[in-house]
Amino acid sequence: MTLLNPDADEHSAELARARRRRNRAIFTLLSGIVAALVLFEGFFVLRDSQAPKLVTALFAMIWGGGGMAILYLIANQLVEFTPSKWQRRLTPVVFVLPAIAFVVYFLALPAVRTFIASLFDRDGSSFVGLANYITVFTEPFMLVTFRNNVLWIVFGASFTIIFGLLVAALADRSKFENLAKAIIFMPMAISLVGAGVIWKFIYAVRDPSDVQIGLLNAIVVALGGEPQAWVAMLQPWNNLFLIVIVVWMQTGYAMVLFSAAIKAVPTDIIEAARVDGAGEFKIFFSIIIPSIMGTIVTVSATVIIFTLKIFDVVLVMTGGQFGTDVIATQFYNQYFVNRNAGLGSAIAIVLLLTVIPVMVYNLRQFNKRETL
Amino acid sequence: MAKSKGNPFPRVFVNTTLVIICLLWLIPTLGLFVSSFRPRDDIMSSGWWTVLPHRVWVTTEQFKPDPSIDRNGVMTFEGATGTFEELRQGVESPDGKRVIWIGNKRAGTIQVQEQKWSGLPATTLQNYHDVLAGKDVTISGNAEEAARKGEDMSDAFINSMAVTFPAVVIPILMAAFAAYGFAWMRFPGRKLVFALMVALLVVPLQIALVPVLSDYVHLKLNGTYMSVWLAHTGFGLPLAVFLLYNYISTLPREIMEAAIVDGASHFKIFWRLVLPLSTPALASFAIFQFLWVWNDYLVALIFIGNVPGVQVLTMRLADMVGSRGSDWHLLTAGGFISMLLPLIVFFSLQRYFVRGLTAGSVK
Repeated sequence: MTLLNPDADEHSAELARARRRRNRAIFTLLSGIVAALVLFEGFFVLRDSQAPKLVTALFAMIWGGGGMAILYLIANQLVEFTPSKWQRRLTPVVFVLPAIAFVVYFLALPAVRTFIASLFDRDGSSFVGLANYITVFTEPFMLVTFRNNVLWIVFGASFTIIFGLLVAALADRSKFENLAKAIIFMPMAISLVGAGVIWKFIYAVRDPSDVQIGLLNAIVVALGGEPQAWVAMLQPWNNLFLIVIVVWMQTGYAMVLFSAAIKAVPTDIIEAARVDGAGEFKIFFSIIIPSIMGTIVTVSATVIIFTLKIFDVVLVMTGGQFGTDVIATQFYNQYFVNRNAGLGSAIAIVLLLTVIPVMVYNLRQFNKRETL
Repeated sequence: MAKSKGNPFPRVFVNTTLVIICLLWLIPTLGLFVSSFRPRDDIMSSGWWTVLPHRVWVTTEQFKPDPSIDRNGVMTFEGATGTFEELRQGVESPDGKRVIWIGNKRAGTIQVQEQKWSGLPATTLQNYHDVLAGKDVTISGNAEEAARKGEDMSDAFINSMAVTFPAVVIPILMAAFAAYGFAWMRFPGRKLVFALMVALLVVPLQIALVPVLSDYVHLKLNGTYMSVWLAHTGFGLPLAVFLLYNYISTLPREIMEAAIVDGASHFKIFWRLVLPLSTPALASFAIFQFLWVWNDYLVALIFIGNVPGVQVLTMRLADMVGSRGSDWHLLTAGGFISMLLPLIVFFSLQRYFVRGLTAGSVK
């Protein structure tokens, strides 16, 4: 039989292969649909779940992590059944599209929607043009807010960088480098709310006739002074007491980056300078600082962005009272407390505008490094 | 670097400055930590630093002054001499004792005190118990009985975990796929889309809260765990893609090409080769995202709001600051409970965290 008609046999084998292939494709498609349906159902199960928390959490992890992996797997299998030309086009879509969809929905699109909302009044019912922006830039309470953000940026960034540099330079010469770095770094692991609690305890103030339990006031009283309500007095300088908290938290970050940069400065240059009789301070300021300028710029940008968005510390420490409001707390107060959607949105857009220079800088750096 | 001979920078100076800075950095946390183990009344009546050994006046003797003594003139007890007013303040005798007049002029008593080292401070786990138990605790102490409200931090702890773990796992997976796509696949618009990711790195998430919240309200999602971790997935993705791209794009080209020659599909290369090789980068992002989500307050505040039973640790803690700002015994213990897990993660995986930081991101 085979000898008589080899072509026909090959033909039928070919057909069988194609059929199997088709069956597999249908099976994959079906399992894809089933998986999608199960995941979709899981969404409602999770949303309305009354199960114990740990069960819900576990289910969420499996649903999210596992479900996502299965969807990727099935989508990829499906793509592999398409002709190779389509396969080349579709595989990148499977890999990249989910992440893009998330980022577009959670970040890019909201920027547009918030901008549109900022052109409407407090409940979004009538178009007011730029009126909200005029409020943002003229109302005295907004001007106080901007002034505070300037204070945050100027003092927050400069103190963080000075302390970061100081610790990085000193630790580099010390035997206790790792211990010192761990101590300075530790506050980075703490939430801003937790840091607020820690520092509230430092700044605690009580009646002058009572024993002071806040460290700062205890020192002041021991030196013969009057206890002070640090975060409420002497506006606008009370902001500095809040800024200290963020300097305390961010110095570790600056230190780590500076430390890595300082270690990368070639030793022979420093040795040569030392042989020429340059003092340590001269070496630091005229060799080390210029060599790590790039890192200083990066750290400054990061700290500035961080301080621009500062929210938790202010909310926990003062709630924005005593002239300590910043853009992010003002956004929260206007939108969620005063229920002024238009003004809240306008403030968020202003916040976005302030980070655009950094955005451009990031893109430039990236283009320089990358030849995609 | 500067450990060479003839270093003109005295080591003593370096170490002293470093120690001072380290102490400054450590003291705030230390104060809270020590306080969290002190009894409630101690926290309110003395500073936490009094647990350090110090000398205190201890009464060794107490007696009524002789009724015949002239209380308007100068008196001498145990070698200490002074008028009534001076004795009321306490007068030190030459041998280091202090004599103090307690009470009024007519019916007062005399105490003789000596300076002794303070003993071991009182410690307690009651604060942690009160904060975790979630019920009201009745204490009956010295003639004072008070019901004091506890906090339900253990509940919030579980909530934090339920929010954080999915918010770490899901973006890692999505970002790894995307980073591989950007690094090793060729498709139109690749550069433009990746530039969008880089640009979104610094976008303040305040911009997203309101529109997303209104969608959540329509979907009845607000007040659920899912609302928070879906949002954190979206907000964390740009950094995740960026960090993982930096790593995955530097994997050796030869390995990839060898795998392709062997007929492996992209999916297989990714799953079998790239993902295992990228463990350090995955770990460094995981720590970032873990710390960020666990410590986040704003996103949870907006999307969970005041729904009880779902609130995460930062929210409970912030609420406690607002509603019971004077209950220091609860705040100190609560503060430490919220820091426990991040500190453990941080110190055990510090290496990966530092690597992620130095990977050069501006966020």
